[in-house]
Amino acid sequence: MTSTRPVVRFAEIGIADVSVAGGKGASLGELLRAGIRVPDGFVVTTAAFRTAVEHLDPAGELAARVAALDPADAAAVAATTREVRDRVLAAPLPDSVVDAVRAGYDQLCGDCGRTGLPVAVRSSATSEDSAEASFAGLQDTYLWVRGGEEVLDQVRRCWASLYSVESVTYRLRRHIPEDDLAMAVVVQRMVDSRTSGVMFTRSPLTGDKSVVCVDASWGLGSAVVSGDVTPDSYVVSKVTGEISRRTVATKTRWHQPDPAGSGVVETDVPAELQDRPALSDEEIAELVAVARRIESHYGIPQDIEWAVSQSAPAGENVFLLQSRPETVWAAKDRARAAVPTARPFDHVLNLLGGTRPPAGG
Amino acid sequence: MSQPAGERSFPLPSQIADVPGAEGWQAMYPYFSRFQPEDDQRFWFYNSMHFPEVVPAFDGITSEIPYTAIGANTARLFSFPTTLGIDYRIINGRVYITANPVTDPAQVEDRLAHFQERAGYYYANWDRLYAGWQQRIEALIADIEAVEVPELDDLDDLSVVTGARGFASNHLVRENYHRCIDLYSKMWHHHTEFLMLGYGAYVVFFEFCKQAFPEMGDQMVARMVAGMDVTMYRPDDELKKLARLAVEHDLADLFVEGNDPEKVLAALTERGAGGAAWLAAFTDAKDPWFNVSIGDGFYHHHLSWADDLTVPFAALPRYVEQVRAGEDLTRPTEKLAAERDRIAGEYRALLDTDEEQAAFDQMLGVCRMVFPYIESHKFYCEHWFTTRFFQKIRAFGQLLADRGVLTAAEDVFHLRHLEVEDALADVMVAWASGGTELGARHWQPIIAERKRIVEALSTWSPPPALGAVPEALNDPAVKMLWGITQDTIETWLGSEDDDGSTVRGYAASPGVVEGVARVLLNVNDIGQIREGEVLVCPVTAPSWGPVFGKIAAAVSDIGGTMSHAAIVAREYGMPAVVGTGTATSRIRTGDRVRVDGDRGVVTVLG
Repeated sequence: MTSTRPVVRFAEIGIADVSVAGGKGASLGELLRAGIRVPDGFVVTTAAFRTAVEHLDPAGELAARVAALDPADAAAVAATTREVRDRVLAAPLPDSVVDAVRAGYDQLCGDCGRTGLPVAVRSSATSEDSAEASFAGLQDTYLWVRGGEEVLDQVRRCWASLYSVESVTYRLRRHIPEDDLAMAVVVQRMVDSRTSGVMFTRSPLTGDKSVVCVDASWGLGSAVVSGDVTPDSYVVSKVTGEISRRTVATKTRWHQPDPAGSGVVETDVPAELQDRPALSDEEIAELVAVARRIESHYGIPQDIEWAVSQSAPAGENVFLLQSRPETVWAAKDRARAAVPTARPFDHVLNLLGGTRPPAGG
Repeated sequence: MSQPAGERSFPLPSQIADVPGAEGWQAMYPYFSRFQPEDDQRFWFYNSMHFPEVVPAFDGITSEIPYTAIGANTARLFSFPTTLGIDYRIINGRVYITANPVTDPAQVEDRLAHFQERAGYYYANWDRLYAGWQQRIEALIADIEAVEVPELDDLDDLSVVTGARGFASNHLVRENYHRCIDLYSKMWHHHTEFLMLGYGAYVVFFEFCKQAFPEMGDQMVARMVAGMDVTMYRPDDELKKLARLAVEHDLADLFVEGNDPEKVLAALTERGAGGAAWLAAFTDAKDPWFNVSIGDGFYHHHLSWADDLTVPFAALPRYVEQVRAGEDLTRPTEKLAAERDRIAGEYRALLDTDEEQAAFDQMLGVCRMVFPYIESHKFYCEHWFTTRFFQKIRAFGQLLADRGVLTAAEDVFHLRHLEVEDALADVMVAWASGGTELGARHWQPIIAERKRIVEALSTWSPPPALGAVPEALNDPAVKMLWGITQDTIETWLGSEDDDGSTVRGYAASPGVVEGVARVLLNVNDIGQIREGEVLVCPVTAPSWGPVFGKIAAAVSDIGGTMSHAAIVAREYGMPAVVGTGTATSRIRTGDRVRVDGDRGVVTVLG
C-alpha cells in the first residue's frame, strides 16, 4: 500500500504497516487478513496527520515552541499545550484530509448498508513503547460516534491528545523529537454489544500459558476496561476447552450507547441481569477458539478485546475489537520447572529423597 | 501454619469419649492399635478413604496387615529417606493414622544412599520386575482359592490311614486357617511392593505439571498417563459383551429389571443353542472378571459379583436396552488413546524450553511405565484376592456354625482373627476328644454384644483429624497416598465455619451441574437411579460402572483423583467430587445439589 494516502481500509493493511496505521490499526488489518471476525473500518493514517500538521503549522513554529519547553516548568507546559490543543481542535483541516475521511466514512456506511453508521474512533500509536502509549493518553477511544462531521471531530481530539500535559512532558523528558511525532486513528464500525470484555491467552495471575482467561460483562467493553464493573471471569483450558474456573459476578454497572444519538451512557444494570452469566458456554468456547487462532497467528500470548453482538445471529456474533501482545508476563523470566536428569527415574529419586534441586537452575 | 498450635486444634485422642452404648469396643481390636497418652502430642488423621465404616472385629486385619506391609516396604526394604512407616490407631471403630517421619538430617542422608540403590534398582528394572509381580500375585490368588476347610466327619477318610498321612484333619483346621492369614499378609506385602514407588512417579510428574501450569486441574495429569487396557474396566466391559450376546441370540426378553439371577440362569438353559452359548460366555467371563468387589476390599461384607450375582444382573438390563437401541458400548480405546496423547502433546508444546520438554518426556515416560501397576493392582489385590480371602474365612465361620460354636457363619467376622483361631482350637479339641465345644457359651454373648457395639459406633461422626496440629506437613508419602497437605488441614480446621450446606472433596472430574441427588449406600440399589440424577455414594468400584451412563454427576465419600469414580467420571465427561468423607450422611435423596467438579465442592441448594 502507499504510505501517502490519508485513509486506508483495514483490508489493505497488515502488521507491517504500523508506521502508517499505528499498532492498533495494523493489528486490526492483520486480524482481518487472518480471517478473524473484526468489525470493518478504516484508518486515518499518519500521512493524514502529517498533512494536517503541515497545514496548521507550516513553519514548524508550534513544534519549536513545544520543543523549547522545560518539562520542570509545569505552568508553562500547561499553558502552551492548552494553546496548541485548542488550535488543533479549532483550525480547519486540509480539504484532502476532510474529503478522504468523509469518503471513507460514507463508503463504510455504504458497505454496511446504513447511513449514520455508529463507529468507534480510537487513537493508534506508532510507538512500540507501551509506557508512552499509556502515559501520553494515547488510549483515547470515542464510542458510538455517528456522521462524517462527528468522526472528523473525534479524529481531531485524538490528535490533540498528543499535546496533553502528560504526553508532552513525557516526550520532553525522554528527548523525543517533535519531528518524529505521528499518530494514526482507527475508525471502526461499532458492535451493538450485548456482552463484551477482554481475554488473555495466558493467566494474568500465574502466567500459565495453557489457559485463556476471559472477563465478561453486559454492554460495552469500556465498563470492563475502565474497571467500572466486576466482570464474570472464566479460566478455560486451551488443551481441552474445559472451563476450569468460573466466577459469575454481580455486575452492577454497564455502558451503553446513548439513546439520544451518539456517545455512551453509564447506568445501573437491571436487577434481573446482574447475577446472570453474561456469556453462554458456547460463546466462551468460540471466544477461546478465536483467541487461540490469534495467538497462533502472532506466535506470542495476546491481550484481546472482544464483543458479542446482540443483533448478529448466533455463530456469527463474536467480534474481535483489538489484540495486542501480552506484556506483563512476557517481561518476566519464568523459572524453569525442571531440567532433564541422567536417568528418567532420577526425578522420582530426587523428589522422594528430598534432594530435588531447586527449580529454576 | 502461621497460627500457633493451640489456638485452633483438633480434639486430642484422650478427649474422645466412648460412644454411648459402645463401651468396651476396645476388646474388638488388638492392644497395639489403641491410643496411648503420649499420642496426644502427635497429629493423626482419619483414614476415611479406606475405612469409611465401623471396622468389625475380624476386619481389624485390614488395617493391621496392610500397615505391617506398607511400612516394611518404605522403612525396611526401600529405605525411603524422609519417612519410615505408618502408625495406626483404632478409636470408636475408626482407623486413624500418622506417618513416622525421619527428621535427623544424618539419618536422612544415610537412608538416601540405600534408597537410591534400592528404589533405583526397581525403577531401572520395572517392566521385568512387574512381570514377575504379575506371576506372583496370580500364584497367591491360586493359593488362596485352593485353601480347603477340612470336613470333620466321625471318622477321617480311610486314605488318611492307608496313605500314612500321619495327621488327622483337625490339624488342617489350624494349618489351613493360618494359611489364609499368611497368604493375606503376603498379598499385602506384594501390594505395597510397587505401590509407593508407583505413586512416587505419579507425584513427581504431577508436581512438575502444577509448577509449569498452575491452572491445570488435578485430574489432567491422570488423563495424560491413563492406560487404555485398564483391568478395572474389564468387568464392566465383560457385562457389555454379555449384553450384546443376549441381543444377538434373541435372549433380550430375559434381562428385565428386578429379575432374580438364578431364575434368569435357569431360564437360559431352556433357550436352546443361543442360551447355551450365552451361558458358556458367562462362565468364561465370570472367572476371573466377576471377582470384583462391590466395595474397596477393606470390609468382609463387600462381596464380589461372583459371590452375589444380583449386582451384574441389575446392570445387564440397561446394557441390553442400549444394545437394542443400536448403541455401541465398546470403549473407544483408539480414540481415547489419541486424545490422551493429544493432551500430553499440547501441554508439552506449551513449555518454553527444550530442556523442560525433555524433562516432561522423562517424567511422563516414567509415569506411564508405572501406571499399569497403579491401575491394575487393585483388581488383583483388593478385589480378586481379598474377596476370595473373606469367602474362605466365611467357610471357616460355617464350620464354626456347623459345630455349634456360632449361630451363623457370618458371625465369625465379629471375632478378631486370633479369637477365630481360639474358637477353631475349641473345635479341634472337641472333635478329638469326642466332647463338646464350649464356644457357644463363650462366644455367642460376646458376638451379641459386639453387634450392639458396632451398631452404636456407626452413629459416630469421626473428626477428620486428632491431636496436635503439625508445624508443617510435607511428608511426600502422606501427600501421595491420601492427598493430605497443609491446605487439607486448613480446610478441616475451618470446616466448622461452613453453614452445613457445603460438602468438600477432591475435584476429580471437571464441570459444574445441578441436579437431584440420589444417595445410594449399596451398589445393589443401583436400579433406583433415574436418568440425570446426581449419584451420591460411599465409594464406587467397577460394579458401579453401569450407573455412569445414566447420571449427571458423581459424588463419593471416599476416593482420590485416581479413584474408580474419578476415572470413570472423566471418561464419561461428567463432573465428580470424591473423598468428601461425609456426602452420604449430609446429602439426602431428593436434595437439589450443585456439583462443582472444578473446585471439588458440592452445595446443597434445598
